[in-house]
Amino acid sequence: MPFIRLDPPTPEAGPELFFEGRPLRFRPGETVAGALMAAGVTAFRETPVSGAARGPWCLMGACFDCLVSIDGQDNQRACMVAARAGMKVRRQIGARRDAAGAGK
Amino acid sequence: MSRWDAIVIGAGPAGIGGASLLAERGARVLLVDETPGPGGQIWRGIETVPESRAAILGPDYRAGAAEVARLRASGATLAFSTEAWRVEPDGTVWLRDAGGLRREAARHLLVATGAMERPVPLPGWTLPGVTTIGGLQILLKREGLLPRGPLALVGTGPLVYLYAAQCLTAGKRDLVLVDTARPGAMLAALPHLPRALLGHGPAYLAKGAGLLWQLRRAGIAVHTNARQIGIEPDGDGGLVLRFLGRGRHRLRLSRIGLHEGVIPETHLLRSLGCRMLWSAAAVAFHPARDRDLCSSLGHVHVAGDAGGVGGAMVALLEGRIAAMAILERLGHQVDPLLVSATRRARRAHLAARPLIERLYRPAPELLTPPDEVVACRCEEVRCGEIRASLAAGAAGPNQLKAFLRCGMGPCQGRICGPTLAQLTARIRGVTMEEAGWLTVRPPLRPVSVGEIAALASEEP
Ligand SMILES: Cc1cc2nc3c(=O)[nH]c(=O)nc-3n(C[C@H](O)[C@H](O)[C@H](O)COP(=O)(O)OP(=O)(O)OC[C@H]3O[C@@H](n4cnc5c(N)ncnc54)[C@H](O)[C@@H]3O)c2cc1C
Repeated sequence: MPFIRLDPPTPEAGPELFFEGRPLRFRPGETVAGALMAAGVTAFRETPVSGAARGPWCLMGACFDCLVSIDGQDNQRACMVAARAGMKVRRQIGARRDAAGAGK
Repeated sequence: MSRWDAIVIGAGPAGIGGASLLAERGARVLLVDETPGPGGQIWRGIETVPESRAAILGPDYRAGAAEVARLRASGATLAFSTEAWRVEPDGTVWLRDAGGLRREAARHLLVATGAMERPVPLPGWTLPGVTTIGGLQILLKREGLLPRGPLALVGTGPLVYLYAAQCLTAGKRDLVLVDTARPGAMLAALPHLPRALLGHGPAYLAKGAGLLWQLRRAGIAVHTNARQIGIEPDGDGGLVLRFLGRGRHRLRLSRIGLHEGVIPETHLLRSLGCRMLWSAAAVAFHPARDRDLCSSLGHVHVAGDAGGVGGAMVALLEGRIAAMAILERLGHQVDPLLVSATRRARRAHLAARPLIERLYRPAPELLTPPDEVVACRCEEVRCGEIRASLAAGAAGPNQLKAFLRCGMGPCQGRICGPTLAQLTARIRGVTMEEAGWLTVRPPLRPVSVGEIAALASEEP
C-alpha cells in the first residue's frame, strides 16, 4: 500500500464507501481523496481531451484534477468532499468540461 | 435578510485574527471557510488532530490552538464546509453548503483566502503519483498519511524542508531532496541579510537552519542545482525522475512531490475586479492594498497570504490590522496605540521575508517550460501551442484562453494562469503587468444549474 496510516488502526467495523463497486474502509474525518489514496488508488479519472490518467495534484481544492463521480454526480473534488459511509465513488472518464463545472 | 457588519472569507490565521477582533469589539461578523473547521493551511485540523500527529507537525502547528480558542470565544458566527462561490463588490456573498445555496450581505468584506502553491509545469508533472509537496503535507495533517516507499521532494522553498523534517519525525527515511535553487541564490540573497537580522528575522533564520540541520544529521541525500527535470512512468506503477545535477541522475521512486513556493490565491479578488500588481521579488501577482490593507475597492480588505505571502504570524496580524480599519469605518473607537503596535509587529515578522524570497526564487526556466510540457492541466494545452499562438499575435492570457481553451476548464486557470502570463511577457517582450492575468467570472466553485434554479424559486 503506497501510504502508511500514522494513527492507530481502525476498529473492525469502520465505515466503508464503494469505489468502482469495491468496498473500501476509511477513517472518519478523511476526504474521499485521502481514503482512495490510502487504499492505493492513484488514477482518479481520465481526461476528456486525451484520455490520460490523472490523480490529485494540489489536494487543497485548487486544481480540480481529482474530479470523481460521487453518487451519480460528476465533477466532485475528491480532495474537498468528506468520505461518508455507503458513498458510491467512481472514476470520472471524460465528462464535461466547461468552466462553471456545472454538474447535472 | 439583515446585513452583517463584515463577512470574512477564509478561516486561516488571517481570517481568524480578523474575525476574532471584529466580534470581540461587538461587530456582527460571519466567517466562512470551505474546509470543515478553522485553521487554514498551517493549522489545518487543529481542533480534531490526534496528539500523536500534532507532535509530528511541530510547535508552529500547535500554536494555532490558542488562536482558534479565541475565535470560538469571540462570538463571531462561524460557517464551515461553506464555499463562497460568488462575491460582489457591494458586499453580497453567495454561499454553498450541505443545505444548498444562500446569499448573505455585508457592509465590509475581509478576504483572507490565503495562498496556493506555485504550479510547477515540467515534463511528467501530470502523472498520477506526482503531487505538490503541500498536497503531501495536507495528507499528513488531515488524514495522517505518510507516503510509503522511496519519495523525492523536488523544488525549493521553506515548505520543502519543513515537510521533509516532518517526514523524518514521523519515521520516514527513504527520502531524497532534489533542490532546484540555483547556486547563485545564496550570494544574491546576501544583501538582504542585514534586514533579516532585525525584528523577528533571526527566529525565522534559526528555524530554517534547524530544519536543514535535522536533515543533515539524518543523512538525507540532497542533490543540488537540479535542472532539466523530467518524470516518466516506470511501468509497474512507479515513477522515474531524471535530472541534471552533479552529473545525470535517474531515480526510481514510488512518489514525487514538487514545490516552488507559494503565491497569493487571487481568484476571488480578480473576480471582484480588484487592482492587481506584480511583485518581481515574490514572482507573483498580488492585490494593491493601502496601509489599512484595503484593496482598490473601498469595502474590500485583504489580509494574509491572499495579499502577499508573509507566513502565518503576518497573516494573523494583518487580519487584526484590517479588522481595526473596518471597526473604525463602522464607527467604533480603536486605540491608535494598538494599531501602531500591531503594524510594528507585522513589520518585525516581515524582516526576513526579502531574504527568504530571494533565497528560494524559482529558477527562471521553470517559469517558462519547454514546448512539450502541458501548461493547462484541464484542457491539456502545451507550452508549444501557447508560444505559437503568442507568436501569431495573441495579446495575452485572455486571448490565449479564447484561442486555445487554456484556462477554460474546471480550475478556471488557477493552475495555468501564471504560466500564461510568464510566456506572454517573455514572447511579446512586455512586463508582467502588461501581460496581465486571466479574468475570472463566477461561479468560483462548481455550482449546478439545478442548485441555482432551486435558489431562484425560493427567493421572493
Ligand atoms: C498547501 C500549503 C501548506 C502550507 N503549510 C504551511 C505550514 O505547514 N507552515 C507554515 O508556516 N506555513 C504553511 N503554509 C503557508 C501558509 O499559507 C501560511 O503560513 C498561513 O496559513 C497563511 O494564512 P492565511 O490565513 O493567509 O491563509 P490560509 O491559511 O491559506 O487560509 C485560507 C482559507 O481560506 C479558505 N478559502 C479560500 N477560498 C475560499 C472560498 N472561496 N470559500 C470558502 N473558503 C475559502 C481556505 O479553505 C483556507 O482555509 C502553507 C501554504 C500552503 C499553500
